[in-house]
Amino acid sequence: MVHCFSYDRAKQKYYFLWDVESGSLHTVDYPAFLCAKNRYSCLTPEENVDYSGLSNQVREEIEKELDEGENAGVLNTKPLIDFFIKSTKIVKALCLHICHDCNLNCEYCFAGGGNYNTENDYMSEETGRKAVDFLIANSGKRKNLEIDFFGGEPLLNMKTVKEVVRYAREIEQKFDKKFSFTMTTNCLLLNDENIAWLNENMENVVLSIDGRKCTHNAVRHTRNGKDSYDIILKNAQKFRAVRGDKKYYVRATFTAKNLDFCDDILSLNDAGFDQISAEPVVLPEDSPMALREEHLDAICEEYEKFTEKYLERRKMGGKHWFNFFHFMLDLEHGPCPDKRLTGCGAGTEYMAVSPLGELYPCHRFVGGDEKYRIGSVYTGVENPDVREKFAKLSVLSKPHCKNCFAKYNCGGGCTANAIQYAGKPDAQYAMGCELTKKRLECSLAIVAIEKSENK
Amino acid sequence: MKHIQEVYSKTLTKAHSTGCGECQSSCQSACKTSCTVGNQSCKQEEKINIQKNKEL
Repeated sequence: MVHCFSYDRAKQKYYFLWDVESGSLHTVDYPAFLCAKNRYSCLTPEENVDYSGLSNQVREEIEKELDEGENAGVLNTKPLIDFFIKSTKIVKALCLHICHDCNLNCEYCFAGGGNYNTENDYMSEETGRKAVDFLIANSGKRKNLEIDFFGGEPLLNMKTVKEVVRYAREIEQKFDKKFSFTMTTNCLLLNDENIAWLNENMENVVLSIDGRKCTHNAVRHTRNGKDSYDIILKNAQKFRAVRGDKKYYVRATFTAKNLDFCDDILSLNDAGFDQISAEPVVLPEDSPMALREEHLDAICEEYEKFTEKYLERRKMGGKHWFNFFHFMLDLEHGPCPDKRLTGCGAGTEYMAVSPLGELYPCHRFVGGDEKYRIGSVYTGVENPDVREKFAKLSVLSKPHCKNCFAKYNCGGGCTANAIQYAGKPDAQYAMGCELTKKRLECSLAIVAIEKSENK
Repeated sequence: MKHIQEVYSKTLTKAHSTGCGECQSSCQSACKTSCTVGNQSCKQEEKINIQKNKEL
């Protein structure tokens, strides 16, 4: 499969061929774009007119080059793997719901205001230790194990967070394991003591802040309804100042209320952050903030606008340079085909643990339909059927992935989104697919343009 | 090649390891509400790069 696409810049139009199965990227001139699209896809009526105007000599030259590319295994290559089922024997990552309580009341929270529609439970130190034991016992020969502290707001239960890290560090050498810890926080309790501890102990810290002050304050309120932007920005900037080169992200969420999210991302860069993510909101379709099909064109245009600004700022360098999570594309040392076939590993190698120690396929399932409950860190896996079902989910098992050029970038998409929006784990969340495809086109254009400019 | 320039070649087929599982789970990074794996790095490739840098 070859995906033919173009990218418009102010002074130049770029044309690309993306060979999906080999992961080869080519830049081409317009005549070659037309010939490739004629061979691998379908020309628009306007393109057909241009294609008809090409001389026979040019067509022959290009067809020969396309043949050479196919013979070299960089164009129209066949799939490497045609059958895959994930192992259900290994767990390597846990998302610990350290507490189902939050000191913010964000309007778009998928966790029902932080409590996941449950009691405001806090994970005990004992449950935290049991989670570490469960992970080690079920990790087989995997050395690198991951624990993510999530909520609610995990800084509300630092006692358990610190105990989990202490305990895991105490026993990791004995079992020949290496733990990596991450935390997602709303920054409200990010005082000097917490900043120093997180900086020392966390492999990655995700700081939730939505961009411009007006955007953030419109949705991220304190429990008593006050604005949170000023204190959160100040705390996040203090963390950034001590973080140095260690891993962190500021993470924004965009909704139908800020389809001009490019300005939110740039405002985060202006505020001193160089590692930025912006996620499309996940909400029921009847929510006024939900992203719906009618917003798709505007979002795609905004990604294009953002791409241009992104290239400009990275070229300027210095404090203007930043990295955008969804435009990262490692074409030199990216993941292997197995990883690309199965995405996040929810329900198999990745699970979430509720404050009471119950196991679910991922954080999005906690507090939801009990048929997805896998077991508990105290009793182990009690419902292996859930894991078996998730193990069968892959790019190869989903009909809508078959002819998608972005399938190896998303690994088949988010299962929780598929269930929420389309009713079953292997169904298509079409909005998510379209956004993934747009971001991949932008990412490919960025890596090609930056490579050509750095020559 | 006159009309076609290769920017990156065979980035999937030349991957060093298939399925060692030592790399980071994608939802442990910064997404949590979507799914992206193409931006993750291969641990085996990282090891090889560290070794190469040491040898240099």
